Amino acid sequence: MKITYAIKRKLLQIIALGCSNEHLLNFKGGKIYTGKWKQFCNPGLNCYSCPAAGFACPIGALQAVNGSMQFSFSFYVTGLLLAFGLLLGRAVCGWLCPFGLLQELIHKIPSPKWHLKKGFLYVKYVVLVVFVLILPIAATDYMGMGKPAFCQYICPAGTLEGGLFLLAAHENLRNAIGALFGLKAAILILTLIGCVLVYRCFCRVLCPLGAIYGLFNKFSIFHLTVDSHKCVGCGKCKDVCQMEVDPVKTPDSAECIRCGACADACPTGAVCLGFSTKRGKSLA
Amino acid sequence: MGSKTKIWARAAGLITSCVFLIYGLHRGEAGVVLNKAVNICLECIGLG
Repeated sequence: MKITYAIKRKLLQIIALGCSNEHLLNFKGGKIYTGKWKQFCNPGLNCYSCPAAGFACPIGALQAVNGSMQFSFSFYVTGLLLAFGLLLGRAVCGWLCPFGLLQELIHKIPSPKWHLKKGFLYVKYVVLVVFVLILPIAATDYMGMGKPAFCQYICPAGTLEGGLFLLAAHENLRNAIGALFGLKAAILILTLIGCVLVYRCFCRVLCPLGAIYGLFNKFSIFHLTVDSHKCVGCGKCKDVCQMEVDPVKTPDSAECIRCGACADACPTGAVCLGFSTKRGKSLA
Repeated sequence: MGSKTKIWARAAGLITSCVFLIYGLHRGEAGVVLNKAVNICLECIGLG
């Protein structure tokens, strides 16, 4: 039996989910892990207030340092994102991100499936610049501390992974529920519905981490190549791509999560995915 | 973009990321991340 990219990817996603959320017993007491490993960032989007989370969220960490009193720019988190991006590009989204896996599972719920209008793809860059980069630095309180605006106003991963479980376990937290929780809950519900209808809706429309990693797809060491000598132009790679990318025209598309579905579908083996530096000539 | 340009871009990027990481760790940013991550993030869970 040929081990397809689909099988390899699902296995690695499950392993990554387990490795990034290993403190399952914390769900019982509504606690969070407070050990030293939380100074290191998970490559994917995983709220550090999730009871099971063993590492920090890179977007949360970036906002926390940028908005802190001591610093206004995080070399540490930026360096990590640079490293992950250059090594893997958006393969982090496709192979390692726990929230990405959740979206794929939700999309399997039977329903009409919609295509995403291209304009929505640019919203995540606005979210990145405004909520992740500008607001934590610019919107500070009297002590000079900024809030993690993306986490506070948008992130459905935090609401789902952290909010629901912690609020269920702590009455004092439930007593503090207000309009902001209503907003975040609404965004979570819309995100979940969106993910049922559109493949990886959050990744494509709102995720600032996907926006960052997508910029590295042109340079990442783990990449997609299309051998023009083998390609027969059948279009099967484009047909199977659930991120609505044409691998032949744009193999380095910022929307490509390197899932390998195109490589699995290619009848001639023209589409390759991996770390190899041998590049075929692209038809683009 | 030619393959040589990409290789140089990758090398420059990786060197930059290492420099950033080392400098960021040296000035104590990991401590800020840890301090944030080990406390329940009220903003993240919707309580502001």
